Amino acid sequence: MSKVSDALFDPVFKNNPIALQILGICSALAVTTKMETTVIMCIALTLVVGFSSFFVSLIRNSIPSSIRIIVQMTIIASLVIVADQILKAFVYDISKQLSVFVGLIITNCIVMGRAEAYAMKNGPVLSFLDGIGNGLGYSAVLLIVGAIRELFGSGKFFNIPVFKLASDDGWYTGNGLMVSPPSAFLLIGVLIWILRTFQPDQVEEE
Amino acid sequence: MQVNSWYGTIIVAFLLCLVCSVVVSTTAVKLKEEQKANVELDIKRNLLLSSGLITDKKASRNTVEEKFKNVETKVVDLETGQYVENSPQNFDARKAAKDPKMSVEVPSPDKAKIKNRSKWATVYLIEDGGVPVSLVLPVSGYGLWSTLYGFLTLDADTRTVKGLGFYEHAETPGLGGEVDNPKWKAQWNGKVILDKNYQPNVRVEKNGNDKGKNSVDALSGATITSRGVENLLHYWLGDHGYGPFLAEFRKGEI
Repeated sequence: MSKVSDALFDPVFKNNPIALQILGICSALAVTTKMETTVIMCIALTLVVGFSSFFVSLIRNSIPSSIRIIVQMTIIASLVIVADQILKAFVYDISKQLSVFVGLIITNCIVMGRAEAYAMKNGPVLSFLDGIGNGLGYSAVLLIVGAIRELFGSGKFFNIPVFKLASDDGWYTGNGLMVSPPSAFLLIGVLIWILRTFQPDQVEEE
Repeated sequence: MQVNSWYGTIIVAFLLCLVCSVVVSTTAVKLKEEQKANVELDIKRNLLLSSGLITDKKASRNTVEEKFKNVETKVVDLETGQYVENSPQNFDARKAAKDPKMSVEVPSPDKAKIKNRSKWATVYLIEDGGVPVSLVLPVSGYGLWSTLYGFLTLDADTRTVKGLGFYEHAETPGLGGEVDNPKWKAQWNGKVILDKNYQPNVRVEKNGNDKGKNSVDALSGATITSRGVENLLHYWLGDHGYGPFLAEFRKGEI
């Protein structure tokens, strides 16, 4: 039982893919200007990691070691295309805003990393949970960054105005840094700092 | 079977590719209709939004289809300004602009940075009792980071703006991205952007809104995007853009 919850929850705090492994930063910078796009991206990525780990683990004993990376890529790419098609069919507006970044899940190091490091050695159910857990870890960081960026960048939360913007006769002037990608770097840096203050064992040795 | 042998490797690779391609193509085929409907609805909705016929960004499919009944779609030959009998359903100006057979090079100075434009354009006539009351023209041009795509709605006199809105761009959110701000867009309403000789005369400048009938405020912190909007209007209303068509339209013969 503890193995199950370890697989699911360890990646959220103790072994967070973004904060500790520093993977998947590219999309973390790109899609976090608004909560709406952030949430959809998180769901898409979590499901893709979960299912790709599941399928890779399912056929792990039949994968020839010489082509294992290509096999993993094929599975991941297929799942991402399916996810992208579903988004285009059912949440068109959001898929338009996410544009290429859904497709870029294929190159997200978290997906490949979990398939290679975990799913190749563990059973399908555990691998699926590990994938979902890593997706949740990624989501946790993205949601925090997304919330801060949308709130201070455009004064909104899920498109609902919180701070009334000066351009709409309000008092708040949006922070220009928060709407541009580099702010996510700073925010993720601060998050890692906070996380490592409370969990000193994550700090790398000098 | 030895999976690590050469034939094992080939068999596994082949089976995997087969399964994956079946999965991917099934999804693509199954969802194609929904996706196409979404794209069409999106264009219609953007058109209605920029012309002010609807104001709710999330208007339902039914509302959009209902309002769109008053809209007639025509394809125009931009050089002659005449309508052509090219089925509007199958014509896509954005794709045509990339096809050398269907596009022409924009003569320099190419201020809107379009490079090539389609020989034809889809225009929309909003009718009231069979009489066109406004014209909706697709416009595009380069801002700071991206090409802005939008619709310009003109009154039947072809000089007065009834609405301008962009449905696709990738300008900086909060700065150039404010081209989507309803307050900024509202300024365009009632502006006269063609002079007495029907030449484009429009300015996007600091405190422009108070300066006259052909001027609107620039976006603060987004000089290049503002200039891009000004340039693209100049191009599309000029002789190489919709100029000939607008002239024909004023004659009332088409």
